[in-house]
Amino acid sequence: MTGKLDLDPVLVARARELARRAGQPVVDLARSHTTVSVERAVLRLAGVTGADPDGIPWVNRLVDAVVADVGLGHGVAVPVFDALAREQISDVTLLAQKAAAGSVRFAVPSGKAATAARRAARRAVGAGVRLVDRRRAERDRLVKRYGDPARRPWIYLIVATGDIYEDIPQAQAAARAGADVIAVIRSTGQSLLDYVPEGATREGFAGTYATQENFRLMRAALDSTSRELGRYVRLTNYASGLCMPEMATLAGLERLDMMLNDSMYGILFRDINPIRTFVDQRFSRQVHARAGIIINTGEDNYLTTADAVEEAHTVTVSQLLNEFFAHEAGLADWQLGLGHAFEINPDLPESFRLELAHALLARELFPDAPLKWMPPTKHMTGDVFRGNLLDGFFNLVGAMTGQGILLVGMMTEAVVTPWLSDRDIALQNVRYVLGAAGGLHEDFVPAPGGFIRQRANRVLGEALDLLERIGDQSLLTAIAEGTFGIMKRPADRGRGLAGVARHEADYYNPATEILEGGRA
Amino acid sequence: MTVAAEKRIVRPYGDTTGDGMVQVSFTLPVPHDKRAEGAAVQLANKMGIDPAMLVHAKPMSDGFTFFVVYGRVNHLVDLSAVQVVERDFPLLSAKEVNAVVKQRLRRKLSVVGACIGTDAHTVGIDAILNVKGIAGEKGLEYYRELRVTNLGAQVSVPELVEAARRERADAVLVSQVVTQRDAHLHNTREMSAAFREAMPAGRRPLLVVGGPRFDETMTGELGVDRIFGRGTTPGEVASYLVHALITNRGAGA
Repeated sequence: MTGKLDLDPVLVARARELARRAGQPVVDLARSHTTVSVERAVLRLAGVTGADPDGIPWVNRLVDAVVADVGLGHGVAVPVFDALAREQISDVTLLAQKAAAGSVRFAVPSGKAATAARRAARRAVGAGVRLVDRRRAERDRLVKRYGDPARRPWIYLIVATGDIYEDIPQAQAAARAGADVIAVIRSTGQSLLDYVPEGATREGFAGTYATQENFRLMRAALDSTSRELGRYVRLTNYASGLCMPEMATLAGLERLDMMLNDSMYGILFRDINPIRTFVDQRFSRQVHARAGIIINTGEDNYLTTADAVEEAHTVTVSQLLNEFFAHEAGLADWQLGLGHAFEINPDLPESFRLELAHALLARELFPDAPLKWMPPTKHMTGDVFRGNLLDGFFNLVGAMTGQGILLVGMMTEAVVTPWLSDRDIALQNVRYVLGAAGGLHEDFVPAPGGFIRQRANRVLGEALDLLERIGDQSLLTAIAEGTFGIMKRPADRGRGLAGVARHEADYYNPATEILEGGRA
Repeated sequence: MTVAAEKRIVRPYGDTTGDGMVQVSFTLPVPHDKRAEGAAVQLANKMGIDPAMLVHAKPMSDGFTFFVVYGRVNHLVDLSAVQVVERDFPLLSAKEVNAVVKQRLRRKLSVVGACIGTDAHTVGIDAILNVKGIAGEKGLEYYRELRVTNLGAQVSVPELVEAARRERADAVLVSQVVTQRDAHLHNTREMSAAFREAMPAGRRPLLVVGGPRFDETMTGELGVDRIFGRGTTPGEVASYLVHALITNRGAGA
């Protein structure tokens, strides 16, 4: 503890222990199930690329073909590499094409054939993981060469035109104007697609489709801008929705630097099946850990649906759960961009002090995590003058509490997608506050026994109460009963449930084996 | 005679009645120099601002300049000529919707939503139904007194009718984005015909369709109760449902 809030270390340890107890049954569940998206991610690591003429990726066609013959519970790696040997084909994508045409049958081999298939699968997937390793080493090299931003927080800006070729110059302009991190928002509804679209895309709804080619194009463009600016500009996308494991894998293969990846967002806000989400999430986080990607969690979303004062403790609980799941999957503290937001009604008396208390609580609880600080959205009314003032106070809280990643707030939030001038004014706001008060966190220590300390301790207490209540009944029950947000999401409902299977005794996943075991 | 009716002609107010002062900001795709400033004044003049005071000019990005202009606008506003299209139902907050349903219906209001036909674009129906909602406004799932069943994409009409029956739907919401060969119109007609066939008039749920390319006046032709066009928010849909199913029931239909 750095001790600015005088938090009781016994209570903090207790909160972590309770989060572990709530999360462990979910981890056990994730370890004993697989999903179509996990298996597709394995095939992507094994080298299956491209899509059929209708745009359905070959990984989908291949997984569907395997599932039709032998089901999902054995994993697809062994049946696929067994078929590869029998058909005497060396290219997995070619096998996918043949399988889609119906000319290959899959089986679950035993004995020598099974051993050989496992070995071949592990070799192919190992090559994919080594590619991810190389990308990570490449990032380390480029960060060393161009350097990190001179100060914290990193300035995070969103680009979203729907057209990747329009996004690129906008992203480069944003980086030149001071953005350290560029996030490309996805097209609305992509999270509910059970496949990853292919190729460069030029039309999306309120965002740009996340595809491997779009990732590659944007990363290459930002590499050239990094060179020009002498500062490594990071790229962010979304590992959420039904294709979380594949998104994580593609991000690792194309050297994305951050990914949005929340443990419960898809369940609560997209009605994705809870088991599907937790299984997908664990695999995606293992990939992120390996790829050196920083995850951003989505606690800000709770506050846009619920009251930011009354429900402040649910943010803390979710952060603790996200931390537990992340550590369990192998992520280090520096990779945990735990989220929180400036969403208290500005008309409430002392709203700024409450914001400070909440933001500092997160900082003190997770001293080594690069917290992601999210701007006001709920109370942005279209009054752009008031909005700009509110964003200034948001930036000030960020500076006073040492946040790691600051998403730039737009005064035109809820009015239009940001104009060029809106972005410029927003960045001017950030630059002023960080320039004038960037080091204020060194001086800012709330008075002992004062309002801020009392409030922070109270929120921690409420978080403990909620964790105690979740306690022995497991997180799945709590989610089913509507503990988070107000949505009841039972484990046997929701999207993507059909793509979940319990492991058979001979389930084999070479990717998990490598990611949990170390060497590729 | 009211004050408003007396005062038919008004001008913008800066600090004196009738001064006509306004403030505008805009960006021009030109680098900042004297010519750019002249261009900004020219635009302001064409907007009816004369004299125009250029109070701020700032280069932005590559080859753009942002301007703030204050000045006197020479247009007049004739209040008697103002025309507005009124919504025919009151816009309620989520709280108010919940309260009306709870007090007057005394059970949850059941809503079934889907994208029908081959349309896989759930953008519209999700924006209206999902908690996440759209533009900061929460979807219908967020309303405690609504029971929402979102069937998702590519739902067949028989499946939709069956789900509506099973869920005892008070309202069915259908979203149609794809308009190739008028698919949205065909699908909607097929849907309304199926409900007419499957259920007697009094038992039929309220049929609502939405999508960016619908003409909101075509309800009769398509056999539905209401059409919502581009930019509709969940709050508007919820308010309409409460109006049509509860507060206005018996009054009109």
